[in-house]
Amino acid sequence: MFAGLARFSGIFVLILLGAIIVGLFLGGEAALRAFGPFFVADTEWDPVQQLFGGLVPIYGTLITSVLALTFAVPIAFGIAFYLTELAPQWARRPIGTAIELLAAVPSIIYGMWGFFVVVPLMAQYVQPWAIDTIGEMPVIGFLFQGPPFGTGILTASLILGIMIIPFIAATMRDVFETVPPVYKESAYGVGCTTWEVMRSIVIPYTRVSVVGGIMLGLGRALGETMAVTFVIGNTNRIATSLFGPGNTIASIVALEFPESEAHSLKLSSLLLLGFILFIISFIVLAISRALLRPRLKG
Amino acid sequence: MSATTMGSGAIPGPAKDEKTSLALGRSRHRANVIVKTLCVAATLIGLVFLASILFTLLWRGIGGLSLAVFTTSTLPPGSNGGLLNAIVGSLIQTVLGAAIGTPIGLMVGTYLAEYAQNSTLGNAVRFVSDVLLSAPSILIGLFVYTLLVEPFDGFSGIAGCLALAVIVIPIVVRTTEDMLRLIPNTLREAVIGLGAPKWKMITLVCYRAAREGIATGVLLAIARVAGETAPLLFTSLGNLNWSVDLTKPMASLPVTIYQYAGSAFEDWVQLAWAGALLITFGVLAINIIARVVLRGGK
Repeated sequence: MFAGLARFSGIFVLILLGAIIVGLFLGGEAALRAFGPFFVADTEWDPVQQLFGGLVPIYGTLITSVLALTFAVPIAFGIAFYLTELAPQWARRPIGTAIELLAAVPSIIYGMWGFFVVVPLMAQYVQPWAIDTIGEMPVIGFLFQGPPFGTGILTASLILGIMIIPFIAATMRDVFETVPPVYKESAYGVGCTTWEVMRSIVIPYTRVSVVGGIMLGLGRALGETMAVTFVIGNTNRIATSLFGPGNTIASIVALEFPESEAHSLKLSSLLLLGFILFIISFIVLAISRALLRPRLKG
Repeated sequence: MSATTMGSGAIPGPAKDEKTSLALGRSRHRANVIVKTLCVAATLIGLVFLASILFTLLWRGIGGLSLAVFTTSTLPPGSNGGLLNAIVGSLIQTVLGAAIGTPIGLMVGTYLAEYAQNSTLGNAVRFVSDVLLSAPSILIGLFVYTLLVEPFDGFSGIAGCLALAVIVIPIVVRTTEDMLRLIPNTLREAVIGLGAPKWKMITLVCYRAAREGIATGVLLAIARVAGETAPLLFTSLGNLNWSVDLTKPMASLPVTIYQYAGSAFEDWVQLAWAGALLITFGVLAINIIARVVLRGGK
């Protein structure tokens, strides 16, 4: 009886995932039938003419997540390196806990903090400075032009980056700790510095799992909703400048959903976007897990 | 530690004369110091983010905390409303969500640890549960919307509870499985050797041995869902009036914060900060308690 119940619960989880995928797909079917597969390549979002396309939010989701990784990975790596090799024993637990608490802060709090603290900082200092300096440069200058509103793709990526730092740092710390001490001791024994041990022993040994940890962070960033909604500017346009406003799948769903009527084409388009987001995150998380599993599990 | 002191001295290596050797030693030492400094800086940046968030919450939120926040429901702007309905709504949905999700998660975790260590079905369930753990929470909200809200034509508190329960399940699965796996097999063999059936072994011995760990998982799950906004937007919707009817839209702290923080009324924004302060410190407190419980158990 008990065994059967346990087994059934396990199967229930599989059914749950299947139901989520099927539910989102069926919800988005009307939009898929109306716009066809080119839904993903269309930048239109016009409720008046009932024309909906998903390219802008899909682009926004990918670009903010990838940018977030470029902020988060170096910092997370530094934290993981510090916690495993450099920090004095007594400091490891409190600092590790503090970083983990960063992951526990609700996403809406990041949104408010971003909107009321980071956005003014960006608007008053960072963006005017970047527009005057980097914005004047050839080739990459166009990325840093435009009015300094403070909100926009770059700010959203920054907040996302901060939010995923703890996930990546914690995973990296855990995989760094799986390196057998005898390898590190041998390297120290032949006179390697701490950084050389990290670069030549720890990183090669844990490479695959480190990538897995980064993918986990990416998976988190893709679906982040509340924080992004506060700071991205929410405009359905592909901006060439990183300071320009945009949107992501999660933010457009959060904002437009409450204004959509049940069974409308708009609602169906949003569900289709949700389905696409689920597929993207599913793939990223599946890769992450496949890479992490051999190292973190027995 | 010996590695760093060796850096500037005579070191073995490809260098033939002493001068080159010393220069090489110095550059290796320098690289080491630079990387270490960067890592300390990265850790400090992480801690500064946490400190900045907490400080902002205290600074902006404490002024809005008063008895009225806990004794009055949300009211129109300018009439000294509180957050009572949101706090109660959040408590109800979080507790019910955890109450629905925990038994399922517990059974799935038991199944994975005790019955399906290496079976194909077990691996599939583990994989799916891990994907659900990091799946975008807004999509869980969309899913419950298509499943419960659209067909029954109405947002409801119970839909919010179920959305949160879906988030609770994979968290409890993860910790339950990990904690049950820590129990030595000799303990299991001893119980089976006494002639006890397997279900008795699990419920009376394994659960008891893993008690603290499982409790930690449940606490962490509660902390996580207490701050969730996105899955509630399309399920329990939020309600500006006092309501504890599970079949009607129900207010919750995060959704109320979301609605208020974006409003143009100063007293609403102030209330949003007070709510943000409450929810963050509540969530962080639960997290810290969970860690203490776990440490006490070990």
